[in-house]
Amino acid sequence: MQKVRYIGGSLVILLAFWQIVASLGGWNEALFPSPWGTLRGLGELIASGVLATDIGASLGRFALGYSSAVVLAMALGLVLGWYKGIWNYLNPLAQVLRPVSPVAWLPFIVLFFGIGEMPALVIIFIAAFFPVLLATVAAVQGMDAVYLKVARNFGIGQPQILGKIVFPAVFPRIATGLHLALGTAWVFLVAGEMAGAQSGLGFLIIDARNNLRADWLMAAILTIGVLGLALDGIVSYLESHIYRRWGLARRN
Amino acid sequence: MSYIKVEDVSRHFVRADGTSFQALDHVNLEVRQGEFICLLGPSGCGKSTLLNILAGFEGTSEGDVYIDGQEVKKPSPKYVTIFQNYGLLPWRTVLKNVELGLEEQDVPRDEREKIARHYLEVVGLQDFADSHPAELSGGMQQRVAIARALAVDPEIIFMDEPFAALDALTRMKLQDEVSAICREQHKTIIFVTHDIDEAVVLADRIVVMTPNPGHIKTVIPVDLHGRRDRTSPDFWDIREKIFECFSLKPEDKTEYYI
Repeated sequence: MQKVRYIGGSLVILLAFWQIVASLGGWNEALFPSPWGTLRGLGELIASGVLATDIGASLGRFALGYSSAVVLAMALGLVLGWYKGIWNYLNPLAQVLRPVSPVAWLPFIVLFFGIGEMPALVIIFIAAFFPVLLATVAAVQGMDAVYLKVARNFGIGQPQILGKIVFPAVFPRIATGLHLALGTAWVFLVAGEMAGAQSGLGFLIIDARNNLRADWLMAAILTIGVLGLALDGIVSYLESHIYRRWGLARRN
Repeated sequence: MSYIKVEDVSRHFVRADGTSFQALDHVNLEVRQGEFICLLGPSGCGKSTLLNILAGFEGTSEGDVYIDGQEVKKPSPKYVTIFQNYGLLPWRTVLKNVELGLEEQDVPRDEREKIARHYLEVVGLQDFADSHPAELSGGMQQRVAIARALAVDPEIIFMDEPFAALDALTRMKLQDEVSAICREQHKTIIFVTHDIDEAVVLADRIVVMTPNPGHIKTVIPVDLHGRRDRTSPDFWDIREKIFECFSLKPEDKTEYYI
């Protein structure tokens, strides 16, 4: 109940502030829309089915880019965390690549993969890859030694131990990385879709800008925000479930 | 011939600052099959190191360890270790935890479940087969670990301060249970503890160890048979002997006049 009040309160503050800025600014409605104008624009986008198509396209790309990054980064992180000798050589490289914004690679991505569908996928992939890789490596290296002792005691051998013991044992710590990567990748979705994609929320933003439809632009921005929040909510829920199952204290 | 033989075992560690630390200094010990041995001593006396060497988790610096005539080189499901923090797999149900060791021995699925359920019954947790470890109390989790150890039918069970994290009453209850279960199942037990009462309740022989460097000070036989009464005079006699070993008993300076 308290939460509803906070959300309602912040919504009222936003709308009031927005309306004041729009009225006092005196800009043309085509450059800066009022809340009401945005709502109408949103209505148009929904009625024409454009929004649903673009949401579908974006979520599809996001699911593909994110899940492939997650699977690859977890598998690689598991192996690299386990064989510390290899990681010692790759760690400096990862540390150099990690702070580079995925968008910076865009010219090369376009060069390698062309424009259209691929740049968005690749950028989401890069954005999600490093947080998950580093979280997995750190989790494996910091694993509670008792699991390894149990595995050795019962004669669980080298290849199986990774899937049977190590991965599930460190999964809560990886989940934290997955959560982080989800947020980062969602932020870069829009940037990725600006490089020649013909659908998606990023494309909608470019398209709205080109057509001087600030109301659509604002509606797209709000949609991205709300969807991002919803994705985060789902992952948070799964994460807390995992933490409970593993018997760990809930992360603050 | 003795069943477990520790022959002149030493173990040094090199500390981070380069100095060497002698965890075990020329330790000799022989254990008969079916014996319940407690390694008792303060922290740093090498009792856990000795257990880890016996269980095959660590090597020796000098000397060798033999079990049943075979030199111990690595862990084996014939000798299962139970840890202070239980070592259960939190993502598996209690039943699946107990089945873990059987999976590696290629026991068929329904056979596995039957064995696991049997040992859950032995430790009194048959109603919690489908729970997850995090839903159980510490004492119950340690019971699951015991069931998991028993399920592979090991010859020896090593226990590394298994009850140290439990409250006093739960601890005493589990001591009685473990003592009864292990004697019933005819297992050889090596039990590490720093709790004098625990050692007297459980052991056939108490191996008293002291630190700097870690070595065996003496071995005290406990001639109390069957279920032990923590309040009986015999119990207190042995307890007193151990207190003397650790120089914890104040000298009696009273003068008596008749």
